[in-house]
Amino acid sequence: MVASLTRRFGDLDVAEEAAAEAFATAVERWPADGVPPNPGAWLTTTANRTAIDRIRRENKRGDKQKAAQLVYDDDPPEPAGVIDDERLRLIFTCCHPALAMETRVALTLRMVGGLTVPEIARALLVQETAMGRRITRAKAKIKAARIPYRVPSAEDLPARVCGVLVVLYLVFNEGYLATGPGTDPVRHDLTAEAIRLTRLIRALMPEDGEVAGLLALMLLIEARRAARVSASGELVTLDEQDRGAWDAALIAEGHQLVRERLAAGVAPGRYQILAAINAVHTCARDVRDTDWSQVVALYDQLVRLDPSPIIVLNRAIAVAELDGPEVALAAVDRLADKLAGYHAYHAARADLLRRLGRSHRSRAAYDKAIELAGNTAETAYLTRRRDQLGLVPPGRDPTSAG
Amino acid sequence: MQYLVSVIDDTAGLATPEEDAAIDVFNDRLRAEGHWVFAGGLGSPGTATVIDSRGGEAVFTDGPFVESKEYLAGFWIIEAADLDVALKLAAAGSKACHRKVEVRPFL
Repeated sequence: MVASLTRRFGDLDVAEEAAAEAFATAVERWPADGVPPNPGAWLTTTANRTAIDRIRRENKRGDKQKAAQLVYDDDPPEPAGVIDDERLRLIFTCCHPALAMETRVALTLRMVGGLTVPEIARALLVQETAMGRRITRAKAKIKAARIPYRVPSAEDLPARVCGVLVVLYLVFNEGYLATGPGTDPVRHDLTAEAIRLTRLIRALMPEDGEVAGLLALMLLIEARRAARVSASGELVTLDEQDRGAWDAALIAEGHQLVRERLAAGVAPGRYQILAAINAVHTCARDVRDTDWSQVVALYDQLVRLDPSPIIVLNRAIAVAELDGPEVALAAVDRLADKLAGYHAYHAARADLLRRLGRSHRSRAAYDKAIELAGNTAETAYLTRRRDQLGLVPPGRDPTSAG
Repeated sequence: MQYLVSVIDDTAGLATPEEDAAIDVFNDRLRAEGHWVFAGGLGSPGTATVIDSRGGEAVFTDGPFVESKEYLAGFWIIEAADLDVALKLAAAGSKACHRKVEVRPFL
């Protein structure tokens, strides 16, 4: 029995303890309740339950938990099991507002995501020793200042969940478009972890629109992962992606969440609007089939909520499809002061200038974008696009004449 | 668990009567809810004297030990179960005295 339990749970201690406890329960119960019809099966079932309970009590990742998760899935669904509660407590501690934002991201990846310090250092572009010190300092602060290890009270929950969502979105984005030249362009481990943790938060707060919105957003972006980087390691933009390679199951789940939020009839927050924008993209058979007026309308809604220059930039990119590159370029150029150090600003300008046939200016913008971009796949894409400009015969560029 | 809530000021002015009244209300709440340990307002940094006896003899120096734009104007010592409770109280304290505050745990 211990062996079968060990096989099932991958841990000898758990198995031994569970078996012993099952025998003890039998000794206690059988004299009063009578011996069950199949004593062997009774013992095994009791020991299994004991082992599952014990594993649930422990907040350890790895084989034990994976095993418990497998078993757990066969059980009748419970809204939040003990394991999930433990993990949630950990998330709220790691994302505590008394910690700096960068520390929250690092600590969440370390404590909840189980990433190593070198992995986190690479992901966040920080020296390994510095990252180690930051995590050590954060743990010391949690202990000395007594940052509580618990899910916040209902009254504080909405505000605290907002902070957690910011961290999870940062983790996801780092995986989706890794900033470092030394890492894979897409870090599936990070996107998967962010999605898994967002699902946990959703189990805690199924009614929260922004939690559903963030999950939908992540799923709809993750669905396009296989089509986003070419075999040669180059970023493939939305208009050039093989839409047949998108993950239909993730898209269906994302769309379902977006529909659910629309049906709720509550004014959406930023994640819900971003999810809706991605739902429009993933509904379209190709880039021409995309409902760009809907995309721009959603960006308008988003700008009213958060008029940050990056959102204005993304709105302008959508405007190019609706009103043409000239109108879009005027909007992008107005962001020069705020986004001069942001590679996507220069990449957007380069693309619009290219479409307007202004090759020289486009080339300069591509150069700047390549200089600032860190992601290897994006650099490869921008470089190819820039070098293709050379194929345009000289004199065709209206701006080159002066 | 006890926390020091330091009141950080960068103006020369003392608390206004309205601020004093709000601080009184806040202090009453601390007492009523069992968080009160001690509190006090301090004289301006210009009233400080620095003493250094590390060399054996006490050396007295006029003025604060660090010159800075921001200085400690007063403090609360509160009893709180954890940092979440302390931060909530500190947020209310900052509102009452209309100044920035800093929360630090006692060892």
